[in-house]
Amino acid sequence: MNEISWILIEAGVKALIIIGMMLLVAAASVYVERKVSAFIQLRIGPNRVGPFGLLQPFADVFKLFLKEDIIPAAADRWFHRIAPVISLGVAFAVYAVIPFADYIVIDDKIIQFGIAPDVNIGILFILALTSVGVYGITLAGWSSNNKYSLLGGLRSSAQMISYELSMGLALVSVILITGSLSLTDIVRDQAGWRWNIFIQPLGFIIFLVSSFAETNRAPFDLPEAEPELVGGFNTEYSGMKFGMFFLAEYANMATASALIAMLYLGGWQLPFPPEWLGLQPHTLAMALAQFAFLVIKVAVLIFFFIWVRWSIPRFRYDQLMNLGWKVLLPLAIVNILITAVVLYILK
Amino acid sequence: MNRRKNSEAERLNFWEKLYIPEIAKGLGLTFSYMFRPKFTRQYPEERFEPTGSYRGRPVLVLEEDGERCVACGLCSRVCPALAIEVQAAETEKEKERYPEKFEINMLRCIFCGFCEEVCPEEAIVMSKDYDLVFETKKDAIYGKDKLLVPIAELQDRLEFLRQYK
Repeated sequence: MNEISWILIEAGVKALIIIGMMLLVAAASVYVERKVSAFIQLRIGPNRVGPFGLLQPFADVFKLFLKEDIIPAAADRWFHRIAPVISLGVAFAVYAVIPFADYIVIDDKIIQFGIAPDVNIGILFILALTSVGVYGITLAGWSSNNKYSLLGGLRSSAQMISYELSMGLALVSVILITGSLSLTDIVRDQAGWRWNIFIQPLGFIIFLVSSFAETNRAPFDLPEAEPELVGGFNTEYSGMKFGMFFLAEYANMATASALIAMLYLGGWQLPFPPEWLGLQPHTLAMALAQFAFLVIKVAVLIFFFIWVRWSIPRFRYDQLMNLGWKVLLPLAIVNILITAVVLYILK
Repeated sequence: MNRRKNSEAERLNFWEKLYIPEIAKGLGLTFSYMFRPKFTRQYPEERFEPTGSYRGRPVLVLEEDGERCVACGLCSRVCPALAIEVQAAETEKEKERYPEKFEINMLRCIFCGFCEEVCPEEAIVMSKDYDLVFETKKDAIYGKDKLLVPIAELQDRLEFLRQYK
């Protein structure tokens, strides 16, 4: 076999592993979400299906599979079908460029942890894809031919456009410091506690708030604000198509957490020198340790996302726009300015 | 200009306007709640034990020498949901009348307790039963076989009625 087919096979296997991992992460986050919300509200949460209710997400998915798939008579059938696929596909596709650990060398062969972690436009690719993810939600709202769905879809597009700006501008400061768009380079640049969160605290906060808006999580879950919009963009969805939106929401949350971890929390960098554990760089043990620390960082961030959802009430729509355009955007620009000036002086 | 500063934005001080310390405070509060004791009752295992004032399903009091009911039909008359049906018959006993047929449709019953309130003989009282299950509409009509309950099991309610009725 020639080299191209080997690369394709390798990418395919990695993609399957990553998708499997994402499904597990989504299931785990659903479980954690329900447990954390229950604990915050002095309830117990799911505890009947399996030990401690651990199998609850699987029971939920099984139920969704069995539900009737309803398409409203007046809906645009084609777009109605394709919208959840866009949402979920985009959520998974982002993982193509995320490095899960440093590369390892076995018998002079370099093995990457990730499908294409070294691609030199990593961040641009992720920003582009998350923007495509908006199409899923907007199309879902529009194709349902329901006024509430349409409002949800419109809100989502307006919200995403507003917050993508400040998100991108917050990123520019990180890119200025690293001098590269590749996620691997950005992570490598943060070795030894030179995490970007300490260098860019303002940028971190802007990025964090924007990623809440990007992933449609409370307090910015206006596209699906239940009290005012019934179910928002997914009002007319049922069965596994609703399940796909549901899954996409949690996959997006994991993506956002991974991205925050990569850009500001040192990605797969160990929080202590790897020599303490006797680990050599570019060995399997080292990669596993790095992967474990990335997973811990992502888990903490996912917990944070969930924690915020059950603490802070939803923003009003005008407040959301005010925050995005009048606060975060100027702050992000100021942040770029400061970063650029400091970097110029230091150079 | 002596306009008082009273809009929400004006009443906040600088740190409150920044949001972030306030959000951190709120997050701290919810986090502390995660470790408090839970309110949830694990229902089928841990059951709720009602007190005498609880209005469960209405039952007929059964004494040693038979039911108290004299089939006057007041309960059936007062029932706002028309759930009770009584058919009287004569008996050799001192009370002279007894219900030949006494049926409560549990799908109609609204647990208001009017039947108990109006009963001159204290013969129909609200019990502590609250888990009522039936599979057909026919099963939901409780006859005398299900309604008659020995007086010993109804002491709490009778005591409550004596005190507060």
